[in-house]
Amino acid sequence: MHRRYLIVAAMSAFALVAAAGLGLAFFGVNEGPKLKSGVAAIGGPFTLVDDTGKAVTERTLAGKPYAMYFGYTFCPEVCPTTLFDLSRWIKALGPDADKLNYVFVSVDPGRDTVQLMHTYLSSFDKHIHGYTGTPEQIAKIAKEYRVYYKKIPTDDGGYVMDHSAMIYLMGPDDKFVTLIRYQEDDASAVAKLRKLAAMASAS
Amino acid sequence: MRYLPTLALAALLLAAASPAFAQSTSIQIEKPWARATPAGAKTGAAYMTIENKSGEPDRLTGAASDVAKTLQIHEMKVVDGVMKMREIPGGLPVPAGGSVTLKPGGYHVMLIGLNKALKKGEKIPLTLVFEKAGKVSIEVPVESVGAMHSDMPGMGHMDMK
Repeated sequence: MHRRYLIVAAMSAFALVAAAGLGLAFFGVNEGPKLKSGVAAIGGPFTLVDDTGKAVTERTLAGKPYAMYFGYTFCPEVCPTTLFDLSRWIKALGPDADKLNYVFVSVDPGRDTVQLMHTYLSSFDKHIHGYTGTPEQIAKIAKEYRVYYKKIPTDDGGYVMDHSAMIYLMGPDDKFVTLIRYQEDDASAVAKLRKLAAMASAS
Repeated sequence: MRYLPTLALAALLLAAASPAFAQSTSIQIEKPWARATPAGAKTGAAYMTIENKSGEPDRLTGAASDVAKTLQIHEMKVVDGVMKMREIPGGLPVPAGGSVTLKPGGYHVMLIGLNKALKKGEKIPLTLVFEKAGKVSIEVPVESVGAMHSDMPGMGHMDMK
């Protein structure tokens, strides 16, 4: 009899712990800042090249908060829309805009050369820098930022990319702060960027 | 002599009516638009509403345009924060007596291998190929990079969300 209760009690305790763990993971994913405690951090060391051909690393961005977006120039809808939105939000920030760095990282190093990244970004706000690199370098930064991307072949012998469609907002200490989702409304996105800019002033 | 104005009017009417004959009688394209492309971009997207006035279901199976090498009918989705884009196998069904809308966040005609940037204010030629209705040729106005729907007059202001 006692043994039976013991097992039930043990199972309930286990279920509780598991549920708590799941809850934590759930909130961890949805509420960015909580990621700092426990779950593996977003961000880390990388070596890439910017759209002017200069070598860049995580230290290039150090000391200033930044917004980072992963995409590719072959993208007909989500990437140009996001970069266009970001350009409008940067304008809305006014003088605060200079307190942040903005980076568009290619997940398509096969097609996105330094020159193409530079040409492409000339259509958007000049604050936005383009980073590309070798397939290995891109794989490394994607892993550090927990970005999903995958090459999908098309019938015509070409390919498109599946990729994470959110903007990462990172603090001046290179720690993840929050995300801006695809098609997030202007007020919310600008508020998040303004908060990030305030972190720059405070540091 | 008195017939001259009448004749002229008839000619005018005919001329005005002829573009309508270029379109299929069963398929009608409403509010087409394409997204302007950033410099250097090799792809673009076109959107529209396809109305099928016939009693039979049809299917958009392909498209062609002078401005791009290949055109495909795609569906795009954001699933758990990941953007996925796929060609629709077998084409896009258009129900009998119904319609289907190609719009951002859903279906689009993808233009691959652009031979020039699509600029706002321009019009690009587009030929759509339907399984039953055959070819339908239209002109597609180009809207801003950030446009989320057609900005043609009388369709409300452009909401640049």
